[in-house]
Amino acid sequence: MIGVDGIYKSFGAVRAVRGVSFVAPDGKITGLLGPNGAGKSTTLRVLYTVLKPDRGSAVIDGIDVINDSLRARQRIGALPHGSGLYPHLTARENVAYFARLCGIDKSEVDDRVDEIIRLLEIESFAERRTKGFSQGQRTKVSLARALVHDPQNILLDEPSNGLDVMATRSLRHLILKLKDAGRCVLFSSHVMQEVAALCDDVCIIAKGQVAINDSIDGIRERTGCDGLEDAFVRAIHMVGDE
Amino acid sequence: MRTVLIVFAKEIIENLRDRRTLASALIMGPIFGPVLFAFVINLSIERSLEDIERTLELTVLGQAHAPNLVRYLGSRNIEVVDGPPDRAAAIEAVKTGKHDIVLIIPEAFGEQLADTVPAKVELVSDQANTDADREARRVRNALNAYNQELASLRLSARGINPMVLGPINIDEVDVSTASGRSAMLLGMMSYFFIFATLMGGMYLAIDATAGERERGSLEPLLSLPVTRDQLILGKIGATCVYMALSLTLSLTSFYVVLKFLPLQQLGMTPNFSPGVVLATFLLFAPFILLGAALMTLVASFTKSYREAQTWLSVVLIAPTLPILIVSILTLRPKLEFMFVPSLSQHLLLVDMVKNEPVNNLHVAISVLSTLFFGALLTWICARLYRREGLLG
Repeated sequence: MIGVDGIYKSFGAVRAVRGVSFVAPDGKITGLLGPNGAGKSTTLRVLYTVLKPDRGSAVIDGIDVINDSLRARQRIGALPHGSGLYPHLTARENVAYFARLCGIDKSEVDDRVDEIIRLLEIESFAERRTKGFSQGQRTKVSLARALVHDPQNILLDEPSNGLDVMATRSLRHLILKLKDAGRCVLFSSHVMQEVAALCDDVCIIAKGQVAINDSIDGIRERTGCDGLEDAFVRAIHMVGDE
Repeated sequence: MRTVLIVFAKEIIENLRDRRTLASALIMGPIFGPVLFAFVINLSIERSLEDIERTLELTVLGQAHAPNLVRYLGSRNIEVVDGPPDRAAAIEAVKTGKHDIVLIIPEAFGEQLADTVPAKVELVSDQANTDADREARRVRNALNAYNQELASLRLSARGINPMVLGPINIDEVDVSTASGRSAMLLGMMSYFFIFATLMGGMYLAIDATAGERERGSLEPLLSLPVTRDQLILGKIGATCVYMALSLTLSLTSFYVVLKFLPLQQLGMTPNFSPGVVLATFLLFAPFILLGAALMTLVASFTKSYREAQTWLSVVLIAPTLPILIVSILTLRPKLEFMFVPSLSQHLLLVDMVKNEPVNNLHVAISVLSTLFFGALLTWICARLYRREGLLG
C-alpha cells in the first residue's frame, strides 16, 4: 500500500509538485493521470526514493520513504520513465543483475529469472544482448527487472510509451495479473483510454496538484461529464494556478 | 560488501564485452606510449648518427678562389658543390629554401690571405631553420678550425710557438653515467604509465554516472534496495581493475621495447630490469585509486557521455603539469615533492631508472599521500553520488 501525504517539490523556480496526496491500496490499480509536465513523474520519483520532497511525507507499506528509504525500496519494483538496459548484457543478465542486487540468493536467482522471463514472454530473446532491442522488448525486460524480486508495490511511469498494440495488450494483462495477486499497482499515464480500461482509482494531477481523486464512476459523477475525456478536461480546469 | 562485489563483477563482465573500453584499456594506453617512445628514440638515434657520419653537401659560390679551403672542407667530410651564379641569387636561394646554407668566397679571398689581411667569407643561412642551423654550425666549426690552422702556420713561419694562441686548454669531464643520461628521455616513461593507467579506466569512470544516466539505467538502479555507497564503490573498484590491467600491459610493453631499442648508441643504459618493472607497478599502484576516483568525480559533474569525454581528456593532461614544471626547472627530488601524486611517482621512477639509491622515506610518503588523496576523492565521489542532481 502506498500513501502520499501533501508532498511538495521544486526544482529551482519550477514548482513541480504542490501538495499532492493520495492513497493506492493493495489489490487495486491506481492511475496517475495528467497532462505532460503535471508532476506525475516527480511524484513517482519521490516514491521510489530518488528524489526527496521539500515538504510532506510518503509511506510504502507503512515505511517512510524519506527516513527509511532503503527498507522502502525493498518493498517496491519501479519502472522509471525511459528505463534503459545494459547493452552489453543479455536480457537474462540484465534481470539477474537486479535480482542479485535485490538480495535474491545466488542459488535461487536462475529459477526466479526463468519464472519472470516466462511470465513476461521474453524467452525468445532472453539470451540476446539487449543492444538493438525494440522499444517493446526493452520495456518488457525493464519490467521483468522491476518485478524479479516479487515486490508488493509496483510503480510504473508511463509504461505503455512507445509500445505497439500487441505489447500494450500484454502489458495490460500483466498489470491485471498483478492486481489479482493482491499487489498494489500505481502507474502514470497521459492516455485516458488506457487509464479507463485498467484503473480502479484515478488520481488526476494538473499543475502539480491533485485535481480529483476517485473511482472512474465517481469522477464522471463529480464532474458531471459522461465521457472520461470531458471529465478529464473539466477536472484539470478545477485546479487554480497558485 | 556482497552488494559491492555484485556491482563490481557486473562492471567487469560488461566492460569486457565493450570494444571501446577494451581498446582504450588494452591497446591505446599500453601500445601507444611505447610505440611513440620507440619512434622518438629511434629518430634521435638516427639524427645523432647522421651528424657525424653523413657527408654534408655545401653549396659554395666561388670555390675557384680558395682551392685549399675546399680541400680542407673535403677532409672534414664536407663536400663542396657549385652554387648560384652571384651573391644576390645565393641569398634568394636560401630565402626560398632551395639551399639550406651557401658559403660565398669573394674573388679577393686569395689576395687578402696572401696580404695577411683578414680574408672575408660569407655564410648565408636562415637562423629560423633549425635544420640549417645545425649544418651551419658544422661549417662554422670547420672554418674556425681552418682559421686556427692557418694562424698556427703563420706564427710558426715567424718563429713563434703557436701555443701562445691557446693560453687556456679546456678539458671537459662528463661525470654523468650512462644510466644518468637515460633519465631525461626515460622520464617520459612516467607520463606514459600515468596516461595508460588513466586510459584503462576512462570509459568505466564515465559509465558510472554520465553513461548510466544517458542510457536511462541510473534511475532503475537507484530505486533498488542498495545504498549508493555500495554502487559507487563497486564501480570504482572495477575501474581500478581495468586501470591496473592497462598499467601492467604498459609496463610489459615498455620492457619489451627497451630491450630492442639500441639505446647504447645514445650512451644510455637504463635500468629497467624485471625487478624495476615490478617496483614501478607497486609505486604506481596507489595512483590507480586516485585516478579512478578523480575521473569518476569529474564525469559525475557532466551532463552527457560526450561532455564527460571532453573533460576527462583534460584530466589525462593534468598529471603531466607537475612533471613538466619539475623537468623544466630540473629540480632534484625533495621531500616536499613526495606529497604530490604523479610527481612523486615520476621522480622515484627516474631515480630507479638511473640506478640511483631510492630514499625509503620518499617512497613511503609517495605511497601514503597518493593513497590518502585517492581515499579522499573516493569519499567525495560517494558523497556526490548521493545528491539528487546526479539524475541530471
